[in-house]
Amino acid sequence: MSMNLAAIGYLVAAVCFILALRGLSHPASSQAGLRYGMGGMALAIVVSLMVLPDPSFLAYLLIIVGLGAGGAVGYVIAKKIEMTAMPQLIAGFHSLVGLAAVLVAAAAFLNPVDFGLVKADGSIKLLSLFEMGLGTIIGAITFTGSIIAFGKLQAKLPPAIENRLGALKGPVAKAMSSKPIMLPHRHVLNVAIAVITLLMLAAFVSGESGLAFFLMTLLAFALGVLLIIPIGGADMPVVISMLNSYSGWAAAGIGFTLQNPMLIITGALVGSSGAILSYIMCKAMNRSFISVILGGFGETGAIAADDGDKTVKAGSADDASFIMENAQSVIIVPGYGMAVAQAQHAVRELYDVLTKKGVEVRFAIHPVAGRMPGHMNVLLAEANIPYDVVHEMEDINSDFQQADVAYVIGANDITNPAAKNDPQSPIFGMPVLDVDKAKAVFFVKRSMAAGYAGIENTLFYTPNTMMLFGDAKKMTEEIVKAIE
Amino acid sequence: MEAIDPGVFDLIVFVLAIFVGYYVVWSVTPALHTPLMSVTNAISSVIIVGALIAAGAASGFATVLGFIAVILAAVNIFGGFAVTQRMLAMFKKRS
Repeated sequence: MSMNLAAIGYLVAAVCFILALRGLSHPASSQAGLRYGMGGMALAIVVSLMVLPDPSFLAYLLIIVGLGAGGAVGYVIAKKIEMTAMPQLIAGFHSLVGLAAVLVAAAAFLNPVDFGLVKADGSIKLLSLFEMGLGTIIGAITFTGSIIAFGKLQAKLPPAIENRLGALKGPVAKAMSSKPIMLPHRHVLNVAIAVITLLMLAAFVSGESGLAFFLMTLLAFALGVLLIIPIGGADMPVVISMLNSYSGWAAAGIGFTLQNPMLIITGALVGSSGAILSYIMCKAMNRSFISVILGGFGETGAIAADDGDKTVKAGSADDASFIMENAQSVIIVPGYGMAVAQAQHAVRELYDVLTKKGVEVRFAIHPVAGRMPGHMNVLLAEANIPYDVVHEMEDINSDFQQADVAYVIGANDITNPAAKNDPQSPIFGMPVLDVDKAKAVFFVKRSMAAGYAGIENTLFYTPNTMMLFGDAKKMTEEIVKAIE
Repeated sequence: MEAIDPGVFDLIVFVLAIFVGYYVVWSVTPALHTPLMSVTNAISSVIIVGALIAAGAASGFATVLGFIAVILAAVNIFGGFAVTQRMLAMFKKRS
C-alpha cells in the first residue's frame, strides 16, 4: 500500500471520529455516530498494519495476540461494569492511554529507524525529540494522575491488591482517599518538579540522552500524583474532564512525533473535548480552573452553624407519599447520593407509580451532579427512565415555581439557596437548582451532616422543606409502597 | 522559494482540528457527556498506530514496549466502544 493511499485511509478514519462526536448531539443519532467511530478505528488499525515496514510473521502473531488479549479484557470489563462505577472506569481507561503514549514514545526513541525519525547522519531530528518528550510528559502525568483519580472515585481497593501492598498499604490508602491531601509547600514542590522536568526535556532534546528521558518520565509520573492528591471528591468532575483532555494532548504529541495527521486530529478533538467539559464543570461550580487545580476545596472546615432559632421539620415516607400522589407536578433532583445508594431503580418505580396516577414527573439535572459530567443521565437511562423527561438545569429551573413537589435524592450543595442569597457563603454565585421555589420540598438525607463543600444547606430550614432521614433507596421504596 | 517543513503542516492540521473539536463538542447534548468521555477515550487510543509500528519491528526492547502498548490501547478501544454502546443503548424515548 502506498503511503499516499494510507494517508487517505487515515483521513477517512479521522472524519469518522468527528462524525462519532457529532452523533452525540442527540440520543437518537448517537448510536449511528458510534458505528462511525468503530469503523474509523478498524480502518485506522488495518491501514497501519498494511504499511508496517517489513513485518515478520512473528510480528503479526505478536500484534494479533496483543489485540486479542487487550480487546478481550476491555470488552469483558465494559460488559460487566456497574453503571454507578462509570467514573472510575473512565479514569482507569485514561490512565491506559497515558501509559500507552509513554510506551510508544519510548519505543520511538529506542527504534527511531522504523518510526522514520532519523536524519541522514543517523541521529534523531530535534523536533521529533521535542515532540516525543512532550508527548511522554503529558502521557506520564495522565497515567499517574488518572490512577489517583481512579482511587479517589473507587474509594476502596480490592482486598486482593490491598493485601499485597505490605508496608505501602497506609500511604496508598491515604493517596487514594477522596479527601484532599495537602502536603506542606506543595505548590513550591510542584513548580520545582515541573521546572526540573522541563530541564530534563531540554537535556533530552539537545543530547538525545536516554538517562534524561528516563528521569523526565519519572518526574512526570511524580507530578501526576502530586497534582491530583490535593483535589477533593467534589471536584472530581473537573479532574476527570481535565485528564480526558490530557490524554488527548498526549495522543496529539505522539501524532506529531509520528507525523501522523490522523493521530494529531484525534488528539486535538479529544483534547478540546476534555477542555470544554472542564470549563462547563468549573462554570457550574462557579470556580476557576486554577482554584480547582490548586486543590483543597472542602478541607477549609465547615462554617460554624449557629443553631439558634433554626428548626428542621422531619417527616416520614407516608407524609411524602400523600403529598406526592396528590400533586400535579413533581420534579426529582438526583445527586451523587443516588449513585452511592444504587437508588436509581427505586426512583424509576417512583416515576412509574406517580405517572400512573397522572402526576407529571420530571427530573432536574445539575451539570455537576455526581462525579463526572452526565453521570446522572446515564444512571437514570440505566433505570429505563425516558430521556425526554430528564432536563438540564437551564431548561427546567424556571419550572420549580409551578412544581408542587421537589424530591431531592442524594444531592445537596447544588440545591443550596445560600449560593443565591448569602454573599458570605463559600459557594455564593454558584448556579443552583431553584428547589426552594417548589411548594413542598422533600429532602432525603442520612443525617444533618454538611455536603461535600462542607457548607450547611439553608434549604433544610425553610418552612416548605421536610427532611426524610434515611437511606435514599429505602426511603424511595417506602414512598412507592405507600403510594401503591 | 523554500519548501514548507512537514512539521508546519502538522501544526496547521492540529490547530484546525482544535477548532473542529471545539464546535463539535459544544453541540453535544449535556445528557450524553458521560458517553462523550468514554468515546473520546476509545478514539484517543488510536495511538495504537504508533504501538503497532513498534511491535511490528524486530528491535528488542522497543518491540516489547510496543507489544505492551498494543495491549493497553486494545483494552481501551474495545472497552471504550463497548461501554459507550452499552450506555447509548439505554437512552430511550418515552413510549
